[in-house]
Amino acid sequence: MREKKLRIVVVFNTTTDAMAAEVCLKKHKVEGRLIPLPSEISAGCGMSWSSPPDLSEEIEEILKTEGIRYENIYTVYM
Amino acid sequence: MIYLDNAATTLHKPQQVIDAVVLAMENFGNVARGTHEESLSASRAVFNTRIKLATLFGCTGGAGNTVFCQNSTEALNIAINGIINEGDHVITTDLEHNSVLRPLYRLEKEKNVKLDFVRADINGNINYDDFEKLINQKTRAIVCTHASNLTGLVLDINIIGGIAKKYGLLFILDASQSAGVFDINMKDMNIDVICFTGHKSLFGPQGTGGMCIARGVEIRPFKTGGTGIKTFSRYQPEEYPVRLEAGTLNSHGIAGLSAALDFIEETGIENIRNKEEGLARRFYEGVKDFENIKIYGDYTKKRAPIVSLNIGDYDSGAISDELASVYEIATRPGGHCAPRAHEALGTVDKGIVRFSFSYFNTEEEIDEAIEAVAELCKK
Repeated sequence: MREKKLRIVVVFNTTTDAMAAEVCLKKHKVEGRLIPLPSEISAGCGMSWSSPPDLSEEIEEILKTEGIRYENIYTVYM
Repeated sequence: MIYLDNAATTLHKPQQVIDAVVLAMENFGNVARGTHEESLSASRAVFNTRIKLATLFGCTGGAGNTVFCQNSTEALNIAINGIINEGDHVITTDLEHNSVLRPLYRLEKEKNVKLDFVRADINGNINYDDFEKLINQKTRAIVCTHASNLTGLVLDINIIGGIAKKYGLLFILDASQSAGVFDINMKDMNIDVICFTGHKSLFGPQGTGGMCIARGVEIRPFKTGGTGIKTFSRYQPEEYPVRLEAGTLNSHGIAGLSAALDFIEETGIENIRNKEEGLARRFYEGVKDFENIKIYGDYTKKRAPIVSLNIGDYDSGAISDELASVYEIATRPGGHCAPRAHEALGTVDKGIVRFSFSYFNTEEEIDEAIEAVAELCKK
């Protein structure tokens, strides 16, 4: 099994929001990808966006500017 | 075979639609059920199709308020049952298909919902002033078709939407016969819910359809179940589109619908409309003066590409059967699931033969159909 690392996880209410976020973040060339929602996060839809921890603010800014809905951003050791 | 039953379903689909369905069947996992590439491919395709539909219909709720289901009938059932409350008053028209009428009649029977109908005259026309005259304090919604599937009359949804807005009513539109051919804009026309099917004038596969929901319009779920999200919540998620989409989506069909929407975009709605109207007009002009022919509807009005007729005292089933078995021309006889429109036209006893045209029909086919009708009129 892979080594655990600190990641940020962007959680969405619906798959549609996650899809919109993927399009948006790829457009902005943000490093990361859609992953299954970690079980320790109880809310949100089944897919989430995972990126390295230092990108949290940048992602928040992009999603807000582009009007993409998300529920929360968590930092997770996974 | 000449296929002139396109108001029932378009037979000829663009090749790219067929290719997209095959590709999807070879590659798609389940939408929103994981983040492996196969599931994501399906999720992305469905999401892109939502965007295309939201754009086509000017959906104020955006892609997130664009919901998929099987067809217009299911969409109308979800919208009507999910919006209308016990004791509400609803206004609809005589031109409706049973996909509007039966959900409303059931609410009338089971939920004490009161119905009023804008009446159609013997030519299938309605008077728009009647909508306002029928409004009362309990009126909740106007539910109506954009185009009659029997006569082809296109209703002025700008007027109806304006009345709905003026009186604070919800406007639910059945776009079964108009999506992809006539301009529809939820915002400009004050439409709250558009119910559409993919397999008719949108040229998509059967089993694809859905609704666009204006921002702020609340629809109770018709079904609940698996959504791929919020597994441990006892209840259906509140958020659109999953609120109304329990169970596995028809992503294979939706991929085909997506390709069909691309075809419409590339071809241009206006070009599609002009060609279909031209074919319908050519057929109408070709047959209208035959002896023994009776044509229904008003040809001075804006029309969908439908021409409905009868010949002499023959039953519509006999005419349509003769057209199919002798001339290999596919048409639709009978009641067309539009009982009140037949009552208005006086055709309950023998039905009507409906010729409906598609972008993929040719002038040669129309001329052959005219010849066939000419022969039948002489017999």
